[in-house]
Amino acid sequence: MASYNFRVNGRAERVESWDPDQPLLYVLRNALDLKGVKFGCGLAQCGACTVLVDGAPVRSCITPVSAVAGRAVTTLEGLGSPKHPDPVQAAFIAEQAAQCGYCTNGMVMSTKALLKQTPHPTVAQVKEALADNLCRCGTHTRILRAVMRAAGST
Amino acid sequence: MTIALELSRRDLLRAGGAVVVSFTLAGAARAQGAGPLARDLGKTVDAGEVDGFLAVHQDGAVTVYSGKVDLGTGLRIAMRQMVAEELGLPVARIGLIEGDTALTPDQGPTAGSTGIAKGGVQIRQAAATARQALLKLASERLKTSADALVVENGSVKPKAGGKGVGYGTLIGGHRFALKLDDKAPLRDPKTYAVVGKPLPRPDVPAKVTGRHVYMHDFTLPRLLHGRVIHPPAVGATLQSVDEGSIKGIPGVLVVREQSFLGVVAEDEWAAVRAARELKASWSAGTGLPGNDGLVRAIRQSPVQDETLLTRGDAAGALEAAAGKAMSATYYWPPQSHASLGPSCAVADVRADGATVWTASQATHKYRPHFARFLELPAETVRLVYLDGAGCYGMNGHEDAAADAALLSRAVGRPVRVQWMREDEHGWDPKGPPQLLDLRASLDGNGRVAAWQAEMWVPQATKGLPNIPLLSPAAAGLQQPQGLATGLITQDADPAYPVPHVRVVAHWLKDTPLRPSNIRAPGKIGNTFAVEGFIDELAAAAGADPLAFRLQGLDDPRGVEVLKRVGARMKWEPRPANSQPAAGALARGRGIAYSHYKHAENYVAIGMEVTVDRGSGVVRVARVLCAHDCGLVINPDALANQIEGGIVQTLSRALFEEVIFDRDRVTSVDWASYPILKFPDLPEVVVDLVDRPELPPMGGGEAATAPVGAALANAIFDAVGARLRQAPMTPERVKEAMAHA
Repeated sequence: MASYNFRVNGRAERVESWDPDQPLLYVLRNALDLKGVKFGCGLAQCGACTVLVDGAPVRSCITPVSAVAGRAVTTLEGLGSPKHPDPVQAAFIAEQAAQCGYCTNGMVMSTKALLKQTPHPTVAQVKEALADNLCRCGTHTRILRAVMRAAGST
Repeated sequence: MTIALELSRRDLLRAGGAVVVSFTLAGAARAQGAGPLARDLGKTVDAGEVDGFLAVHQDGAVTVYSGKVDLGTGLRIAMRQMVAEELGLPVARIGLIEGDTALTPDQGPTAGSTGIAKGGVQIRQAAATARQALLKLASERLKTSADALVVENGSVKPKAGGKGVGYGTLIGGHRFALKLDDKAPLRDPKTYAVVGKPLPRPDVPAKVTGRHVYMHDFTLPRLLHGRVIHPPAVGATLQSVDEGSIKGIPGVLVVREQSFLGVVAEDEWAAVRAARELKASWSAGTGLPGNDGLVRAIRQSPVQDETLLTRGDAAGALEAAAGKAMSATYYWPPQSHASLGPSCAVADVRADGATVWTASQATHKYRPHFARFLELPAETVRLVYLDGAGCYGMNGHEDAAADAALLSRAVGRPVRVQWMREDEHGWDPKGPPQLLDLRASLDGNGRVAAWQAEMWVPQATKGLPNIPLLSPAAAGLQQPQGLATGLITQDADPAYPVPHVRVVAHWLKDTPLRPSNIRAPGKIGNTFAVEGFIDELAAAAGADPLAFRLQGLDDPRGVEVLKRVGARMKWEPRPANSQPAAGALARGRGIAYSHYKHAENYVAIGMEVTVDRGSGVVRVARVLCAHDCGLVINPDALANQIEGGIVQTLSRALFEEVIFDRDRVTSVDWASYPILKFPDLPEVVVDLVDRPELPPMGGGEAATAPVGAALANAIFDAVGARLRQAPMTPERVKEAMAHA
C-alpha cells in the first residue's frame, strides 16, 4: 500500500491508502480522526468538506490524497478549540451562527481563506465568496454577520 | 468511545438500585454510548414519573432526560432554561440526555413544532413537582414550614435568611419516587430570571471548532463501513449481482437480501467505490408519471372525498354570487428535505438485541418498527439519538438506520451507513405535491363572503405508526404499510372571519414518491394558496392588501403582528400594483398572514422584492416577520429558528422542485436541485412578540407558512402577474407576466 506524507495542522503525518485517488476527506476523517470536515456531496457542490491546503480552500471530497503529498493541510480543529477558538470561530460563536452546524466547517474554512485574501470584505464580497457553501437550515443571515464580525466590521 | 468506558458505565449503573448516573454536560453525547437496555439502567422512562425526566446527583447537579431532541433548534438550551427556572439552578449545572429509548421517556416524535410546546412544558412540570419535593425534604430537615423556604441556586433556604441545604444533600443520587403532579405550581412569569434570556446554545462552540460528535462522526470498535445500492427505478427488483465487478477493491463483502443490496468494508472509501462499481441487474420499475405529468395524474386519480370544514353555506353563497365568484388553482410541488449531510446511522445488531444510533426525530416511535423487521423483542432494541445534518421532518435518517441494522445483522459486526448525495436527494421521503382549487366571492362591502377550498392530497393511512422504510421493504421484511404526510390539510381556509366556508379533501390513494412530513406539513402550500388568493380578492375589491386583511380581523394577536410588519415596512395603503413604475427593475411589496393551524402562533410576513421584467428574475431585498408564539423561552434561539425557516422556505418558493422521470428522481444533486445561496439572501428582520402569561408554542414551523404567499404577493405588486405555482422561477414569472 502506498503511503503519503503531509502536514496536518502543523504536525507531520504519514498515511497509507490502497487507492491514490482516495479523497482526502476520508483520510482526514478516518485515518487521522479529524471529523470536523464533513461529507456533504462528494461533488464539490456544497462546501461542507472544505479544508485549507497551503492556505487555499480546497474541496477535500474530490481532492485525491496523493495530491496533498508534501503539502500543509489545515482543518477546522487546527484553528482553535471550544476554550480557545480562533477569531473566525469566536465570531461564529458570538453570533450563534449555526443551527444543525453541518455546513459550519465549510463556512469557517472558506471565511478563513476569504479574510486572508480580503481582510475587510463588503457584505456583497462575503456573499460572493460563500456562494458555493450551502446551508440548508437557512442560517445565512447569522453566518454573514459572523463573517463581518470576524472582519472587524461590526 | 471505548468498550472500557461502556463497561465502567454499565457497572456504575448496576452498582445500586437507587443510584443515578452522573453525566457531565460536555460528556453527554459520549455518555449515550452503546450498552445496556432500559431494565439494566435502573432508571424509569415512565413519563408519569418525575424520575423519568430528572435526576439529582450527589454534587447537586441535575440531568434532564428528554424524549424530544435538539435538531439544531436550540431546544438544548431552552429546555435547560425551563428546568433552571423551576428548580432554581444555574443552566450550567443541568445536563441533558435526548431521545434515547433506554433513558428518556417517550414524549412523542420531535415534530410538529412540539419540542418546547409539549416536551418542554411536560419537563417543566416535572421540575415544578421536584421543587415541591425538595421544599418538603428541606422543611423536614430544617424543621421549618415549607412556606418559609425558597429554592435558589441549587439549595433550599429559609426566606428569612440563614443556612440552606443543597439539592445534592437532600436527594442526590436517590430517586424522587413521585408521580408527576399536573397541579404543582409553576413559577410566576413575572419573576422569571432565566426564561426569556438569550442564553447561548451549549452545542455551538463544539460545532464551530470541529469537536461536536455528530451521528456521522460516531464510531465503535470493530465498526464496518456500509453503503447501499438503490435500484435504478422505483419498484425495481434485483435480478442478479456480479460480485466479480468489484474484485479489485480490497476487503469488501456484498450483502443481498431479496432486493436489498449493500456492501460493507473495513475502509469507508472501499465501501463507497464498491457500491458505485458493483454491477447488478434490475427489473423494470413500477412506473412514475414524471413531474411534468404529475398535475394531470393527480386530476385523473380516483379520489375519496371528505368534507373537512363547513361553516354557513359556501355553495349557496357562491352560487348567489354567480358570475362574480372568483376561482384559482394553486400548486406546491414535491420537495426534498435535501439535508446537507446525507443520512447516516450506526447499528450493532446481535442475536439477543440491537442498538441503533440514529439522528431520527422519532426514536421511541421507531423502536417497535425496528424490533419487528429485525425479529427481536422490542425490549431488546434500543435507539439512541445523535445529532445529524438538519432534517425538517422525516428525511432519510431512519432509512439509513434500517440499512445499517440489516447490514450489521448480516455481518455480525457494528456497521455505519452513510448515504451518498444521490441517495439523499433521490430516496429521502418527499414533501408531497399539493393541488388546490379555490373559489370565493366578495360581499357588497368588499369583504370575503364565501370561501371554498378543494385540495388533492395523498391520504394518510389511518393508524399507521411509522412511514415504511426502504430496506425492510426491499428485503421483504415485516413492517407497517401505508402513507404518512403529517397534517397537510390544515389552514386551507382564511384566518379571517368568513361567514360561508367549505373545505374538501379529495384524498388520493397514492402519490408517486414516498411521502413524509416536511417542515410545517401542508401549511406552506396551503397558506401560499390561501394568502395568495386573499390578495387576489383584495385586488378585485380594489383594496389595500394590509387593510383588506385587517378588516373584520377580531383577534388582537393577529392584528398586532400584521400592524407590526406594516409599521416596519412603512406601509402606505394602496391597492397592489396600483402604482407600477416604468423601468427594467420593478419593485413590489407583499404581505401574508398565518394563524398557524388556526390555533397556535400568529405570524405576519412582509416582503420587498424586485422583478427583472426582461429575465423574470426575482430578487428578495428584505423580509420582515412579526411572530407571536406566546411565552418566549430564548429569544435568540427562537429568532434563529424563525430566520432559518424564512430563508429555507424562500429557497423552496423560489428554486425547489423534485424532478423525476418515468423511473426515478433525476434531481439528485445540488445542480439539479438548486437551493438558495448567499447571493440570493435578503435582509431578514424578525420582531418577536413575547407573551409571558401565555403558554409557549413552537418556533420551528409557523414562520414558514406565509413566506410563499408574501413572495407571490410582492411579485404581483411589482409586475401585476399572479404566481400560483412554486417554485417561482424566472420562466414562470415571465409566463405569468405574459398572461397578466
